[in-house]
Amino acid sequence: MLQLALTLILYLILVIPVGRYLYHIAAGKHTFADPVLDRVDGIIYKLSGVDPRKGMSWKQYAMALIGTNAVMMVLGYLILRIQSLPLLNPNGIEGMDPALAFNTIISFMTNTNLQHYAGESGLSYLSQMLVIIFMMFVSAASGYAACVAFIRGLAGKSKDNVGNFFADLVRITTRVLLPFSLAGGLLLVWQGVPQNFSENVVVQTLEGTYQVLAMGPVAALEIIKHLGTNGGGFFGANSATPMENPTVLSNLIELYSMMLLPGACVITFGKMVGDGRRQQQKNKTPENLLPAHREGITARLFGQEGRSIFLAMGILFLAGLSLCYWAEMQGNPALAEIGLSQAAGSMEGKEVRFGVAQSALFTTVTTSFTTGTVNNMHDTLTPLGGMVPLLQMMLNCVFGGKGVGLMNMILYAILAVFICGLMVGRTPEYLGKKIEGREMKLTALAIIIHPLLILSFSALAVATAAGQAGVTNPGFHGLSQVLYEYASSAANNGSGFEGLADNTLFWNITTGIVMFLGRYLPIVIQLAIAGSLMKKNYINESAGTLRTSTASFAVILVFVVYIFAALTFFPALALGPISEHLTLWG
Amino acid sequence: MNETTNKSTFFHSLRQSLVVTLILLLLCGFVFPVLLSGISVVIFPSQAGGSLVYAGGQAVGSATVGQDFAEPYFMKGRPSACNYNTYSLDEQGNPYYNDGSEFSGLRTGSDNYAPSNPALTERVEADIEAFLEANPDVKREDIPADLMTASGSGLDPHITPESARIQVPALAAASGLSEEELEQIVEANTEGKLFGIFGEETVNVLGVNLDIAHAMGLVGDVNK
Repeated sequence: MLQLALTLILYLILVIPVGRYLYHIAAGKHTFADPVLDRVDGIIYKLSGVDPRKGMSWKQYAMALIGTNAVMMVLGYLILRIQSLPLLNPNGIEGMDPALAFNTIISFMTNTNLQHYAGESGLSYLSQMLVIIFMMFVSAASGYAACVAFIRGLAGKSKDNVGNFFADLVRITTRVLLPFSLAGGLLLVWQGVPQNFSENVVVQTLEGTYQVLAMGPVAALEIIKHLGTNGGGFFGANSATPMENPTVLSNLIELYSMMLLPGACVITFGKMVGDGRRQQQKNKTPENLLPAHREGITARLFGQEGRSIFLAMGILFLAGLSLCYWAEMQGNPALAEIGLSQAAGSMEGKEVRFGVAQSALFTTVTTSFTTGTVNNMHDTLTPLGGMVPLLQMMLNCVFGGKGVGLMNMILYAILAVFICGLMVGRTPEYLGKKIEGREMKLTALAIIIHPLLILSFSALAVATAAGQAGVTNPGFHGLSQVLYEYASSAANNGSGFEGLADNTLFWNITTGIVMFLGRYLPIVIQLAIAGSLMKKNYINESAGTLRTSTASFAVILVFVVYIFAALTFFPALALGPISEHLTLWG
Repeated sequence: MNETTNKSTFFHSLRQSLVVTLILLLLCGFVFPVLLSGISVVIFPSQAGGSLVYAGGQAVGSATVGQDFAEPYFMKGRPSACNYNTYSLDEQGNPYYNDGSEFSGLRTGSDNYAPSNPALTERVEADIEAFLEANPDVKREDIPADLMTASGSGLDPHITPESARIQVPALAAASGLSEEELEQIVEANTEGKLFGIFGEETVNVLGVNLDIAHAMGLVGDVNK
């Protein structure tokens, strides 16, 4: 318990400076690294003909994002197909078959990192670097860029300019991802994560048998996997393997790597919206000015609007973590029955060095921040412990992946002000803008896509023989495996109930489609909402305005999120994990 | 806007997409991992190379990766779905695991048995019986859970100190070492929690077995 509390308190301290740094980059403000990095960026802009000052409308921005992602996918697909070439391929890995390459390339471009292959036997070092590591950087940078554009729209400094996609993509890569990765990567090597290009080593053991030990550029992949909330492991067993995550310190480094930037996005949002507000206030004539009120310390650190969003996400996160930790500590009654002590909790699928506490924490973080890396096998979690990661992915707004979680949470905020507006009979407002028919339609559409993808494809899988063939655990847990796979795909998470035999044509194609739609449809719709809101004029705050910067709004937000999730997902959860729990404990 | 400017904007933005992609491919996919390798090999040469451990000058394993042990005088680790990638060769040179099944190449992972899966209970039951047979002094309810459950990676190098201690009497009988000596070896290979707070107490099984082998005179100097 103590280690969980301390880990989270340290997080709250660390996230503030990182949020400040990220805000400076998003808002184009000065940072200490500018003298060097301005020059690097300048060279890139010059070579590629990008004019970083040339703004884009939301449509141009979305087109540039999708176009660039498409170019990256084509390139990556080609490399996967020809990876058997003897180039950085000391272990003689074969080329990847088309359906699996299709799934893999969508998976990594969409920041999902669902893996239907095992890295140790399915990818050459060249593919690990030029496809996997490369895409881990650019998919994270793309998601973050979309989020920054979205925030610019909401902050409303201009009527149509959401920024330049290419400049955002380059800046986030050179100023955040690359330097953080280099520093974090070195820390991981220090803890014992291999980083080399040698072939796998075979040693003769003390007993005269042999053991094959995996090698490769593991640390480089490992650090960006977490920083970019990607989640795809170098090896099949991901961050549970001691090569990827050898000590509890490496575990903490990986945890913070995935938690810091999504949290920082919320701070960036709070500060940029606050800037827009202040600018707006300045333009007003003195008699219209609202009385200046003193900002508290949290409001200054997180931004007023960022604070309530952060609080709502924090509540959702803590609720998940508590349930997961409690459930895992209860152990497995089936094993208690045959006389195996469960005093240390359920240890199947977990590593001794992490125990139940660090495993439950990692599980909740990886699905809340939609990374998808695992340090224990989620398929082996107790029913309720395994329901938590499933639920966090279904909510898909508890911090969420790079930028995207914040965008989803803003949709829920819009929904929340709309519902509150209906109750008191007023036109809802958010961030000083009227929320009207067009925004509500788009919001409803964006929110409904997620459950629609998960539930309809799960229905398809359990209704067809090809889908059922993947299920490996009997009973209610089989349905959980299917739900988990599509929830993970739609939320662009990438973790799995890994027992699922998913490298088949059916699973490769369907999850590929779900990942693609789950990524690009919401991003385009969210940018459209921002584009529509930024054209509107600010309205003056009045006594009837619902204040969205308060703790009570955060609570309303939590309820809206849970109610929506209950309405859409409860029947499926009842048939899966809840039924399994009742049979096991019944 | 006429058609030619439309076309030229399209090609202009395609060029931006292509060139930015290629530059980032080079920077993130190649320069970064190579640079990290370069620095790592200078500052942390042992870790970068996989933290190999040596006995009598020969590499016998990795400090971070578990191994499958069969000899009665060696401490046992947790069950592994991939047998810790440890194998032997038969007369024809075909690799096979200690349990006799065919070696299936480098793997990581677990069986992914759900808690409600009967296969899990069967596997644990069989392991408990085998363990009780090898450790006749141990009572069933005293076996710690980690020793009978498979790790997520299949390569867990650790067991809990309790799991190490209950193996000591049987190890003493098989190795000829005294229980006190074995307790000391376990103690020397136990690592506490980070700052006394984070993580769990662990015993490195390969570390223990290297020390046992050294104490029994089976190997020369050990370098962990």
